[in-house]
Formats: sequence, structure tokens, C-alpha cells
Amino acid sequence: MSATVLAANDIVKTFGNFTALDHVGFELGRGKVLGVVGESGSGKSTLGRIVMRLLTPDSGTVSLAGQDLFGLSRRDLRKARRRIQLVPQDPRTSLNPTMTVRQNLYFQLRAQGVARVDWAATSTRLLAQVSLTADYLHAYPHELSGGQAQRIAIARSIANNPDVLVCDEAVSALDKSVQAQVLNTFAQLQADTGIAMFFITHDLAVIEHIADDVLVLDRGRAVEQGVTKEVLATPQDAYTRELLAARPLIAPVTSR
Amino acid sequence: MQKQEQAPVIGAGELPPEVPLALDATDVSVSFRGHRGRWNEVVHSVGLGLERGQVTVLLGESGSGKTVFARSVAGMAPHGARVEGSSVFDGVNLLDLRAAQLRKIHGDRIGMVAQDPNSSLDPMRRIGGQISETILQHRCAPDRKAAHARMLELLDVVQIREPERVARCYPHEISGGMRQRVAIAIAISCNPELIVADEPSSALDASVGARVVELLDDLRVRLATAILFITHDIGIAGRIASKPQDRVAVMLGGRLVELGYANQVLGRACHPYTRALIAAEPSGQVPRGQLAVVPDSIRGRQDWGQLVEVSPGHAAALGAVADLQSSDSVDPEVIS
Repeated sequence: MSATVLAANDIVKTFGNFTALDHVGFELGRGKVLGVVGESGSGKSTLGRIVMRLLTPDSGTVSLAGQDLFGLSRRDLRKARRRIQLVPQDPRTSLNPTMTVRQNLYFQLRAQGVARVDWAATSTRLLAQVSLTADYLHAYPHELSGGQAQRIAIARSIANNPDVLVCDEAVSALDKSVQAQVLNTFAQLQADTGIAMFFITHDLAVIEHIADDVLVLDRGRAVEQGVTKEVLATPQDAYTRELLAARPLIAPVTSR
Repeated sequence: MQKQEQAPVIGAGELPPEVPLALDATDVSVSFRGHRGRWNEVVHSVGLGLERGQVTVLLGESGSGKTVFARSVAGMAPHGARVEGSSVFDGVNLLDLRAAQLRKIHGDRIGMVAQDPNSSLDPMRRIGGQISETILQHRCAPDRKAAHARMLELLDVVQIREPERVARCYPHEISGGMRQRVAIAIAISCNPELIVADEPSSALDASVGARVVELLDDLRVRLATAILFITHDIGIAGRIASKPQDRVAVMLGGRLVELGYANQVLGRACHPYTRALIAAEPSGQVPRGQLAVVPDSIRGRQDWGQLVEVSPGHAAALGAVADLQSSDSVDPEVIS
């Protein structure tokens, strides 16, 4: 068994009268991918924000590499935040459009406290990790395709070798055919660096491909949780079965 | 020049045989004025015939020209576009009509379902009023009372429970899936012969989108409407093109590269680009990190040439296939 790198226990979060998360917990092993699936409003992004400490839950605990994320001093929190990084949904809005790829990366490296002498070498290495060449350093985000831009966003998130990537619908804004490329990049990274991923999506086909474990959220409740293969093979919950039925069919249904 | 129209019509038995194509687009090219006033052609002489009761899926990636083509043939070309060719709808070339003439057809005989119901519905007006407006505008009901009744009937047709309550709601008070159903209700309010649906499910969650697609699939049978369905998602294409008569047209760089019945194009794809798209679909069967990627050598190519029939009703543009290397995931035996 691999050690747990990120764990949440009994999280409750309400917004006014609305219960976004209702006693949800999970464990993410080091180097594993946890798929979090659910419809809009199911609380999956809220959970993502809580584990990054962008939101505070009403009750429950989050631990990152054994530390209680909500009991840290400011100084320790700053260090802890470097261990967990976000890959946002849309690279067109997450990358600064007035900066080149190089500037975008340098900005992050400075924020992460990387020594200035290492910036150039680190940038090249980061691009290589997402299968891009150093030629892209001079490009502006608008000169990149959607898949390339998203890989730059990934490169930026892994700048300081975090333990966990929180990917909030990181492939949903991309065309299906470009998704494959970015999913391959995620898989490659996971194999190379042993990074763990908290992978939020509403697409079960993506989960099936990339996630070791899956957490199915429905209106704030964890309705199903376990090893991806087992959950998808024998879904216990009606909602999971509905999601499975909505999964794209490659072969056309020829008669009904 | 294009052979697809000669294919026998399968499964059109519900309609009288003399019913002509709902829309017959021939050699449609679309250009925009670009840098220094030069015309930049983005759709290159594409032809497509649509039959009633049939779904035609336009499948392509961002920038393939699928939306521009579909809008142009329906007479809804984007502002500033130059459209050449012809698009015949009930004996009239839509490309020759003036705006006032098109207004009588749009919303009445050609319905449109946009991608995002948040921007296609008026946020300031109640659902019921927005649907009735279209009905009255096109005189599909004699008076307000009849239009109101028709509006409630339409909400029921698009499977909205409690139509009377929803009719009094504003768009923000209902869910995204319901908003898209309302947009569909508006599109079908006057029993159109053709519906253009531009990625109607991609702004919605997977399971909600799947139900919207099922609804459209069901409606074209009940109303014997032709649907031109635009998508980049091959899984959605397989879901909407569920009947034997449904066709899939694959667009790449403003050209059709493959056209045929759904089971032919999705089941026995012969164009390398179509095959690459199918292979890129994420699934649990493929080892992690080894999803096929559409090679740039295929995506970037322009010289695929004309569509050539490979089997009855199935055509592909394979002009440049001989030049491709085997590493580009082309299996020449299947092409022959």
C-alpha cells in the first residue's frame, strides 16, 4: 500500500441553506489518481477548493502529507501550498495573455521561490516534461493551440515538484481529439514523477482511462467510492449507473 | 461530382417517395475578408443533402469550418461572410434570399438550437412568452390563447414536467438541461422541416447532454424533421446517429473528408483522419498514457482531393493517402 498524501475526512460545507458537501471523505495515495465525478452542483469543485484551502469547510479535516491543512501557521501554510497545485479548466483564461510562455513560467518559478539562476534550465525541463520543445518559450498563449496551452498550464503547475495536482475539469474545454494528447501528458507525468492527482471531471470515459480510484458525488453526498474498475464494472448506485449510461458510445446504436 | 446523393435512401419508408431533400447544398464555399481585404476561404466547395427524418452529423474539430458551413447553408451565414454555391430548400436557393425573406423561413421551417441556452434565451423574459412569441410571429397559431396552449404542448413534447410552472419561470430559475429543452421547444414550435443543432449538448453535463441528444433523436422521428447536428465528439455522434438512415460527414480544414451512413463512417472508417479521431477517444481499454493522438501530418494536410465512393453510400477523400507513411496510423488494406 502506498502512503496517503492527501486525505479529507468528514467534510461538510454549506453555503447559506445549500449543503454543498455532506460528510465527504477520501484518501489519495502517493502517485495515485483519484477521479472525482459528478454533475454541476454536485460539490466536486467545492471539494477541490477545500483541499487546496481556498475554502474553509464547516467541519471536517484535510491532511496534506500528514499535516492538518487547517491547523497550520501562516508560514507553514505557504510551504504547504507549494505541495499542492491547481491545473485550471481553461488555459486561455489561466495563462497571462500579455506574457510569453517563458514569462508565464518565470512568474510561477519566482512565486515558488526557485532561485533565479535555475529559471532558464527549469523552464526547458518543464516543457520537456509536457512533451513540448524549448521553441515554445517565445510564444504567446494566443499562438498556441488549446492542447498546447493546456500543457503549458500543466508545466506551470508542476514547476516546484508538488505532491498533488488538483485538475479541475482540466480536459473538458478541449476537443475530444486534443483531450487524448493532454491525458497522455498527465499519464506520462504520473509515471515520471510519481505525482498524485485529484482529477475532477464530469466525463466518466476520462475517469475510466486515467483514475485508479473514483469518488462519485451526487448533490454533495459521496454515493460511490472505490477502485475505478470495480465501481464501473458493478455500480451500486442508481446515479452512477445513469452516468455510465451517458458515457459516449463509439459504435453507433443501429436499432432501438 | 459528389456521389453521396445517389445512394439509396434507407429507412425513409415513413415518407412518400417523392419527398425531395429537405436541404440540398451543392459546392458551398465560404470566405471571409481577411488581412488587406483579401478573401480567405474557410469552407471549400462542400456538398451535402439532408433528408427528413434523418440526422446528418457534421463531425470535426475546432476550426474545421463545421459551424460556418452549417450556418451558411441554412441562410444564417455569419456577418461579412461570402457564400458561393447553392443551398436549395423547398425549391428555393437560400443563398439568393434577402434577410426579410429568410426571416419567414427561420424559426418557422428551419429551427436552430444553439450551443449555449444561456445566450440563446432572453434572460429578461419568462419561458412561456419566449416560446409563444415564435409561434405568433410565424402565425403557427391563430391567437394568443391558441399560442399559449401550443406552448404548453411543446414544453410537454420536450419532456418538461409541470409545463405550466416552467412557463412562468425566467431562464435563470431552471436548470441548464431544461433551458436547452426550452431552446429545442422554440426550434420545433412551428414543425420545421430542418433543425440545425450546433453542439447542443456540449455546454451541458454528460448525463444531461445525453438526455437532450435522446430527445432530439426521438423528435426527428416523431416530427419527420431533418437534423443537421454539429459536434466534435465522436461519442455524441454515435449517440444521435442511431438509425440506419443517419449519416456522418467528417470535416477537416474546411473540406469533407468522409461521408457515409453512421455505421459505415463510425464502424468502418476508411479515412485516416476519421480513424485517428476514433482512436483518440479516451477509454479504460487503452493503457494509461497510450491514447492515440491525431498526427499533425494528417490534421495539417490540405490535399485530400474529392470524395470518392468506397462502398455504396460511403465516400471518402483519399487523395493523399498514398503519400502517408505507415506510422501515420493508416492501414492501406482497409482502404481498398
